[in-house]
Amino acid sequence: MQLQFERRDTPSKPLIFATPFIAIAITILLSSIMLIIQGKSLQTTFFAFFIEPFESTYALSEVLLKFGPLLFIAQALAIGFRAKVWNIGGEGQMIMGAILASSIPVYFTDSESVFLLPAMILLGAFGGMFWAGIAAFLKTRYNANEILVTLMLSSIALQILYFFLLGPWKDPMGFNFPQTVMFQDAALFPPIIFGFRLNYSLIIPIFFTIFVWIYMEKRFGGFQLTVGGLAPRAATYAGYSANGAVWKSLLIAGMAAGIAGMSEVAGPIGQLQRSVTSGYGYSAIIVAYLGALHPLGIVFAALFLSVIHIGGDYALVTADLPISSVHIFQGLLLVTYLSSYTFVNYRFKPRKTRVEEIESRLI
Amino acid sequence: MTPLEFFLAGTMSAATVFLLAALGELVAEKSGMLNLGVEGMMAISAAVGFVVTYQSGSHIIGFIVAGAAGIGVSMVFALVSITFLANQVATGLAVGILGLGLSALIGKKHESLTVTAPDPIQIPVLSDIPLIGPVLFQQNIVVYLAIVIAILISFCLNKTRLGLAIRACGENPKAAEALSYSVLKIRYGAVAFGGLMAGFAGAYASTIYTPLWADGMIAGRGWIAVALVVFGTWKTGRIFLGAYLFGMVSLGELVVQSFGVALPSQLLSAMPFIVTIVVLAIISSDRARLRLHAPYALGETYDGSEPK
Repeated sequence: MQLQFERRDTPSKPLIFATPFIAIAITILLSSIMLIIQGKSLQTTFFAFFIEPFESTYALSEVLLKFGPLLFIAQALAIGFRAKVWNIGGEGQMIMGAILASSIPVYFTDSESVFLLPAMILLGAFGGMFWAGIAAFLKTRYNANEILVTLMLSSIALQILYFFLLGPWKDPMGFNFPQTVMFQDAALFPPIIFGFRLNYSLIIPIFFTIFVWIYMEKRFGGFQLTVGGLAPRAATYAGYSANGAVWKSLLIAGMAAGIAGMSEVAGPIGQLQRSVTSGYGYSAIIVAYLGALHPLGIVFAALFLSVIHIGGDYALVTADLPISSVHIFQGLLLVTYLSSYTFVNYRFKPRKTRVEEIESRLI
Repeated sequence: MTPLEFFLAGTMSAATVFLLAALGELVAEKSGMLNLGVEGMMAISAAVGFVVTYQSGSHIIGFIVAGAAGIGVSMVFALVSITFLANQVATGLAVGILGLGLSALIGKKHESLTVTAPDPIQIPVLSDIPLIGPVLFQQNIVVYLAIVIAILISFCLNKTRLGLAIRACGENPKAAEALSYSVLKIRYGAVAFGGLMAGFAGAYASTIYTPLWADGMIAGRGWIAVALVVFGTWKTGRIFLGAYLFGMVSLGELVVQSFGVALPSQLLSAMPFIVTIVVLAIISSDRARLRLHAPYALGETYDGSEPK
């Protein structure tokens, strides 16, 4: 299909803001068609997705529980995406953060020390950074494509997780389930409201967001990173290093994903088990884009996708919708967003009349 | 069948999944289109191929519909990245996520069911030769077809006008357009071919190689196929060798177990990915050679304007 576009002189500001909403609208429309084909009730499904997550304090607290890791990883990924460093291994970096952080409560099961949690945060950050650092090293030293390497590293991290869960760290009293012991209270983030799963780990992504916003928008460092990605040679001439952008992007993302993984085991899950990432590493890619790779936009995008995730859980029960629906919705969202984003930089070329066409050729 | 025969025969079968998908990706990349949605295309086709084969009882119908499904998904990629000029990497990821989600939905009612793989071919005399017979002459017909396709693609890309046109679009789309080739049509076609091949690879995986459906069964093989194109430095022959190497690596688990070596099974499961990373680093470190062989405009959006 041929559409005639012409490049705008400057990107359209209003459309940058409108694009996510256009994408959401088209995605909802396409999802509705799919729901009708499957014979599901639109009313029940959309009620589950968009109303039920707001109906109770508990539901809202669950939305915020998802919001934390999504926001954290997406903010960090966006830094890399803007510099054209494609880290899609958030899952693996999360797993490594979770594994390293879990080593403390697994080996010091009785400790009630106040240093337990800070040590776990540090180890979580280190685990994620180490895993992302491998990709940065292979990219800068051996020119190995970071998309493939980060992705392969995620598959490897998953096997490392299984190794610990089925072997040395398996809970001896756990009826042979692949999981560790439940962590003691000192190794868990305290809940913000008693009785809910929402906990104080939420503070870290929020502070990180503020930091990133200042760093990317107001400081020279963010500019260097972006130039390093968009025009590596220009960056070299100006004295900034493209390799530096790769290292910075990957290490920051690794740290964020690592701490997010740690927050899962030291938060809602309370132990190390197979489903430690809940797919946040992939969802965060969509959040980063839907937020137009802008720190503030990402806040709203993360909130929206958290609602979708919780809504998906409700739809599973009330509308009998398979869990894959959330993934399909996310995929559609990114596809429609990317298509709609074209109009930020391009506009339709007015169709020329025959005479104009010939005239333009003569010139 | 002796263990060695079993291993070598299994290698050829396992390699076919990689080979089919990688050949399709090769053609797409030669035209300048970096489609990272291979995993998703394979997953959908594996689900569709399985469901259709299960319901119809015919592998041929299963393959046809799976191929069509692969083309269908690849057209989403083409529409967004060619017509709407979106970034190819992001679009490929989006299509991959969409494909994985849809495959789970399509295969949901058939989870853990099985179909019977068709009997391998039997060639009088040849199939009965010890070692060579079971390895080379008792495979499924698709294994041979994949090899034939590899040869045809190599010929087409290097010796025909069509191949020249595809390569021109991947090297310098503006120049291809000046030679009155339609970059749009050629890239759409190349992406569709990639989808078709990923579709066959998915169907082969779910109805012949391991004839069952389980959510997530493609398990990274689509990504390895993408990596294989880099390994092969965009050359059909080397991609062929790479696919067979990975077929062998993915059977490593069986070999190690048969020798009674006590290695954690997780290490063996991770082996294809570890090997991918290592080989990728080795091949990519020769920057000059990589730049020489990679299509010059690979991954770049072409909006008809002068190259920057």
